[in-house]
Amino acid sequence: MGVTDNTTGRIRGYAARPAVVLLAFALGYLLVDLAAKLAGISVDPLGVHVLGGYVRVSSVVKYLFNGLILGLIIGLAGVGLSMTYSILSFANFAHGDYLTVGAFSGWAASYVVALFTLGLAEPFGEIFLLNVPSVVSIATSPAAVVVGLIVAATASVALVLLLDRLVYKPMRGRGGIPLLIASIGVALALRYTIVFVWSTNTRGVTAVGVESLPAYTLYVVDGSYSINLHEFTMIVAAVALMIGVHVLLQFTKLGKAMRAMADNKALAQVTGIPTERVIRATWIIGGGLAGMAGFLIILKRGVLSYNFGWRLLLFIFSGVILGGIGSVYGAIGGGIIIGIASRMALIWIPSGFARVAAFSVMILVLLFRPAGLFGGVTTA
Amino acid sequence: MSVGGRLWQAVPPVIREHDTRLIVAILVVVSITYMLLGGLQAYLASESNLLNAMVNSMRFILLTAIAYALLTLALNLHWGYTGLFNIGIAGFMAVGAYATYILAAPPGGRPAPGLGLPVPVAILGGMVAAAIVGGIVALPALQLDADYFAIVTVGFSEIVRLSIQDSTFSGTVQDPNLDTYNVVNLFGAEFGTGGGRGIQAPIGPPTDVLFEGTTAVGQPLIDLGASYGIGQPVVTGMTYVVFLGILVLPAYYVVSQRLGNSPFGRVLKAIREDETVAQSLGKDTRWFKIKVFMLGAAMMGLAGILWRGRAGYINPQSFRPLITFYVFTALIIGGAGSNTGSVIGAIAFTSLLLNGPRRVAGVIDSAAGGLPSPSNFYVALSSLDPAMYAGYLVSEISALKFIFVGIVIVWLMQNRPEGMLGHRKEIASSIDLSERPETESGGGVAATDGGVSDE
Repeated sequence: MGVTDNTTGRIRGYAARPAVVLLAFALGYLLVDLAAKLAGISVDPLGVHVLGGYVRVSSVVKYLFNGLILGLIIGLAGVGLSMTYSILSFANFAHGDYLTVGAFSGWAASYVVALFTLGLAEPFGEIFLLNVPSVVSIATSPAAVVVGLIVAATASVALVLLLDRLVYKPMRGRGGIPLLIASIGVALALRYTIVFVWSTNTRGVTAVGVESLPAYTLYVVDGSYSINLHEFTMIVAAVALMIGVHVLLQFTKLGKAMRAMADNKALAQVTGIPTERVIRATWIIGGGLAGMAGFLIILKRGVLSYNFGWRLLLFIFSGVILGGIGSVYGAIGGGIIIGIASRMALIWIPSGFARVAAFSVMILVLLFRPAGLFGGVTTA
Repeated sequence: MSVGGRLWQAVPPVIREHDTRLIVAILVVVSITYMLLGGLQAYLASESNLLNAMVNSMRFILLTAIAYALLTLALNLHWGYTGLFNIGIAGFMAVGAYATYILAAPPGGRPAPGLGLPVPVAILGGMVAAAIVGGIVALPALQLDADYFAIVTVGFSEIVRLSIQDSTFSGTVQDPNLDTYNVVNLFGAEFGTGGGRGIQAPIGPPTDVLFEGTTAVGQPLIDLGASYGIGQPVVTGMTYVVFLGILVLPAYYVVSQRLGNSPFGRVLKAIREDETVAQSLGKDTRWFKIKVFMLGAAMMGLAGILWRGRAGYINPQSFRPLITFYVFTALIIGGAGSNTGSVIGAIAFTSLLLNGPRRVAGVIDSAAGGLPSPSNFYVALSSLDPAMYAGYLVSEISALKFIFVGIVIVWLMQNRPEGMLGHRKEIASSIDLSERPETESGGGVAATDGGVSDE
């Protein structure tokens, strides 16, 4: 009895929200279509193409893996964005450029290390400005990559602390919009400071080729998918960092304080939580993760340009919003979903529209479920 | 008193206390400054035709300033009046301009075919398209907080840019037998966006009519220019700028001003201050938001057509998201909520921040007789030579300009979030109560009030 009541109540709830039903229907259609495509069945009654067609299992696996890799990175970068949103209550438009700063500083350090380990012949200036052939890989010089990752984290932490001191601290409690506008100014200044030093050139940084970058090939039903050592490193590093964040939030006093602050700032302050110190910790964690995410993205992509972080920012926002803005686990989950969805979308739409699909998902989520997919629990 | 305050007090009251005169005076000052800068640069580069360079420099700065003023006025309707945080300005400009170009481009044209409609119809269509899209984008604003809405609008403008950039709808391959055929066919109407290759249409400045053949107005102007050594492109360009300055800009200004003072505008301001209060007074705030958003979007679309689309060719690069932030900076400088502030902010932004550094760098470069140009940052830094430093700064002025813009945004948000003219009192009632004549009971109070409102 109770169960039926519950069910009918739920059905009535859905009927009240036709958009949700429509969305569920669309997703269901896509799943059936994907199954038909994989089976190679095409349904065309009266010559009208309804669903099905043909798609290789191996390409679906490829989309899935690429999406997962992209999603992990978006999730990692989104953690910081979500944290600053929940602790400081503003959408930080400079977050994408923290990734860029992390990537540039990290890769410059990598090449300086590689100058010694690989014995590069170019002068120091050219190496620092990354105007050299791309030679660094985790196989040829693991030390360079590790040092690069550490420098990326350190440099971006130092930068966000400086920015907090100069820009955001004088504006505490000024409301979300003035801070948002200020962060747009910070984003512009950061991006073009990088241009001032490193110019607008896009450069390759990681070595390619089998001897410097081994790849493992997975055989699936009708083809193969190969994953290289950089992608593997990236997955391992991203997952490790995410577990680290989880441990930090759940099992340390700092984590508890952050969750308390995200929940109710005034109450946290009254309870004696040193709010300024928690804010600093938030910036350190968020900035450090952003810097490392930036470095790791370039490890996977291989090319570095001054505006990649800015271009990725909206993607990161999509993930964070999908997971429920303010929630760290939501940011990770939402990032992975957005990553996979944007790659899987390529089965149906041309590649130029992958980002359009991701942004549309973001807008739809904001419209119909602004609290995010996971219910919007703001657990920092 | 601060330096700014002193400068402000030095302006004659005849100009200071009259908004239109103030705007015209600032435009004149900017024009003269840029004529001198342009002339100086041409003189230092020992060009022969000084006057041509001077007028061209003035034409360029006025065109940019007026274009930004149009966009800033439109944004002021959204952000200044209603508090709708729209950072998708470039998207609305693109929708307006692309709709116009697709409607006006000849069928079978290159790089993309269009519908071949007359230009005035196409421009109207472009504005309607921008308004409709604006209405759709405004829907999230009905239920979202300002920062979420900001993300929606920036996402929208990216969707527009990516969609017109992609080759799927570009119409560049017009042979239906080819696999790559990509003309959009909507109920028999075939068109395309041109993708990355842009789109062409027979659209030009409306003032060009004056110069077709030997007309009564155009020919004397060209002759006059020629007698001072000013080339015909500069003369026609300058005529268009004059057209924008004395017809379009005042039209935008008057529309915004009258809207702001109307009952409709007062509801908008009420929404900005406290939406719940406006609702409790029986106003359906949702419709007000949608309407003002549509109007502002149409104005942005028209500005996109008149500015970016003036030369018969547009491409996705003409509508980069940076323009959005430029317009926002201009509005913040001027003071959100004030129409005069919007225009002055746009002029200040374009003349001081957007073009100023480049002009000054050009003059310095010419004056120094060609500074050394270090190939990169490290070469410059390690040279320990001031000339090399100067040379690098001058050669990288375009990057420095953005850094200045960023710093100015942060500085304004920290120290003067209300902008230059944001300190002025907003008159909520239809009668100016602050200037009430002395009455028998509250004479003293009225006098102090009057004293404050003079500032």
